[in-house]
Amino acid sequence: MKILMFGWEFPPHISGGLGTACDGLTKGLAKHQVEVLFVMPSASGDEDQSAVQIINASDVVAFQTKEEAHTLFEKVQFLQVTSNLIPYLGPDEYTEQMDLHRQEEWNTFKISFGNKYKFSGKYGTNLMEEVMRYALVASAIARQHTFDVIHAHDWLTNMAGIAAKRVSGKPLVIHVHATEYDRTGEDVNQQVYDLERRGMEAADRIIAVSDLTRNTIINKYHIHPDKVVTVHNAVDFSTVEDRHVVRGVPEKIVTFLGRITYQKGPEYFIEAAYKVLQKTKDVRFVMAGSGDMFHRSIRRVAKLGISSHFHFTGFLRGEDVKNMFAHSDVYVMPSVSEPFGISPLEAMRAGVPAIISKQSGVAEVLNHAIKVDFWDVNALADAMYGLLTYNALRSMTVKHGLEEVNALKWDHAAAKVKDIYRAVLEESLKNTNV
Amino acid sequence: MKKTICLYFQVHQPYRLRQYRFFDIGKNHSYFDDFANKTIMSKVASRCYIPTNRLILDLIREYGGAFQVAFSVSGMAIEQMEQYAPQALDSFKELAATGHVEFLAETYSHSLSSLISPKKFKNQVLMHKKAVEEHFGQKPKTFRNTELIYSDTIGALAAEMGFATMLAEGARHILGWKSPNYLYVNALSPKLQLLLRNFRLSDDIAFRFSDREWGDWPLTAEKYAGWIAGALEKDEMVNIFMDYESFGEHQPAETGIFDFLKALPGMILNHTNLEILTPAQAAAKHQPIAPLHVPYAISWADEERDISAWQGNEMQQEAFNNLYALEDRIKKSGDMDLQRDFRRLQTSDHFYYMCTKLFSDGDVHKYFNPYSSPYDAFINYMNVLSDLTLRTPK
Repeated sequence: MKILMFGWEFPPHISGGLGTACDGLTKGLAKHQVEVLFVMPSASGDEDQSAVQIINASDVVAFQTKEEAHTLFEKVQFLQVTSNLIPYLGPDEYTEQMDLHRQEEWNTFKISFGNKYKFSGKYGTNLMEEVMRYALVASAIARQHTFDVIHAHDWLTNMAGIAAKRVSGKPLVIHVHATEYDRTGEDVNQQVYDLERRGMEAADRIIAVSDLTRNTIINKYHIHPDKVVTVHNAVDFSTVEDRHVVRGVPEKIVTFLGRITYQKGPEYFIEAAYKVLQKTKDVRFVMAGSGDMFHRSIRRVAKLGISSHFHFTGFLRGEDVKNMFAHSDVYVMPSVSEPFGISPLEAMRAGVPAIISKQSGVAEVLNHAIKVDFWDVNALADAMYGLLTYNALRSMTVKHGLEEVNALKWDHAAAKVKDIYRAVLEESLKNTNV
Repeated sequence: MKKTICLYFQVHQPYRLRQYRFFDIGKNHSYFDDFANKTIMSKVASRCYIPTNRLILDLIREYGGAFQVAFSVSGMAIEQMEQYAPQALDSFKELAATGHVEFLAETYSHSLSSLISPKKFKNQVLMHKKAVEEHFGQKPKTFRNTELIYSDTIGALAAEMGFATMLAEGARHILGWKSPNYLYVNALSPKLQLLLRNFRLSDDIAFRFSDREWGDWPLTAEKYAGWIAGALEKDEMVNIFMDYESFGEHQPAETGIFDFLKALPGMILNHTNLEILTPAQAAAKHQPIAPLHVPYAISWADEERDISAWQGNEMQQEAFNNLYALEDRIKKSGDMDLQRDFRRLQTSDHFYYMCTKLFSDGDVHKYFNPYSSPYDAFINYMNVLSDLTLRTPK
């Protein structure tokens, strides 16, 4: 079985969890004899290609001939994101307008004719344009390669997935790692939402990283439940080494590590810290990360008068993150909304017991973490206090948590994904036979 | 000689804890969820205790002495009935007055004290014995330990306290090829006779009665009496022991459980070689077949039939040890409120909630559990225990 997979990033150059997940999944698929052509906008050449063949979209010439370009154009002209719906227009006027519109599209389309497009592969200001050009190149790639199923990760690659499907007629699987609702709360960017929904509607099957995300897809994007399957993420800790650090302070340390944004629930961490500090001063709290609620958080901590026991580190990366886990006694992820959430697994892998919000996807796969509602500051404080005070609680969550985390293998997730490939392949064969 | 059937029902309700946060420690000494306890007791009384007692009373009147049953009612259940459902308690007293119902002794708090020390265990049993005399006007001769926890030493202790008979689980790993359907004796004190639960026939009612996936659904009294008669073709006695809440609560009235119970005595007595006796009568009538060797404690819980449901992990052990470390000082304090709270915190259910087997083996655990995770249960219990520790004089 051969898969044409569209991603946005791949290790070692990653800025989020998506690249890591793609890496783990493709390695798992390789073990199940699934071959993956992995397309990304901008590859650096130092990606680990042991399990995948990387196609760098920046290297692909979209179209060789004008005829090719014309047939493709017919199939992928939907790529323009501007809406064609103009109110109060008669049918004749509408046709006229549409012709004009198609002409414009063709003009922009021609620019890429015979050329390569250098993608940044970042999440910059011209992201929308890159997303569209990526789809254009995707359609070319879909013509140049043979494969059985298309698999596209998140909204950035949805258009690429649709384009490849139109060109090749192969079934499309859309993998949702996060939705616009997770990123922004209720204040969604309509353009992004539309792209997500178009991808979901065009897909033959949608993979959600948690039941939580699956519910969002069903309820907010109005997709039929039968089409959406949950496959929980896994983690690959095979290369993680144990780490020992010398502590500078005698107190135990409770850590928040992540972006300091609405989605991550930093304010609940602060309020719970305040409650714990009312009872005991034998503990320090650390908030590691940066984000748009950073300053507000500092002000709140100062106002509560707990600054002497509450520390901000700013943004941490790489080694510092690992050191932070090694310094921690309790890890807290009070996310308001978290499609999956890999960081508690990293904490537990480092022997740090975790408190996670029930509103996270990872809560669905963990038994040996303490789960609270993100808004329930009392329960959160109580869990912190319990882990700091009651030794048996600590040793049990650490011991069983480690076993549990080590059992979350990409191998298992990949097997489920392969089943999904098989199912969509069968369906598409049936449809062509009829 | 006629073959014997023993029916015994366990009546127990724990005092459930309220949500007790760490910032309550040292400030708030009310630990129990009065609302939940009252609601549950009222519900169970009206769905199970009162209607089933009435049915059993009618059956006793109908069959005279030919239909008899046994109960043990934990001190926690007695107290909560007094508080929240006095009619239910009255209906048990009414049953006691018929002379055809045996009330057994157990630990007052439905506690695990038999696993701690003989002295603490005996205190608990004596206290319950007194409560049975006071409420039901009987001096218990038969003993049943919390959750049917039994070992050679626990049995010997019961014998020392003057009990002639004790109930235990017919655990497969103890019996091996032997049948539970005979009278056995304790390996250390042969004068203590043992009635062993036939778990298959007991669970047919308690767990499987309403299970439509079960090949033998629907279970009729006639079919069931036939199974008993079949088991007694060779063997001597069948002991059917279960939670009383099976009637009307775990198996709701709509399942037909009451019709089943109503028809059962008639169907059993249709087999003219069968009789229904109380545990004390049954033990007095039959000859023991062999001593039973139980070096490690067994119980009627879970697949393992051991004590791992309450003592299987570090949290349970830590909570357990911390609790009993306070006992002597609490007794010495003479503080009645403190002693009452201590009694209620001993109930085995609190430890059951902390069981981590829940994750693998656990529909039954989930059913009885007010907590969403054993970790939550432990945190809550330890917060309460921290406050109890502060209240206890040094």
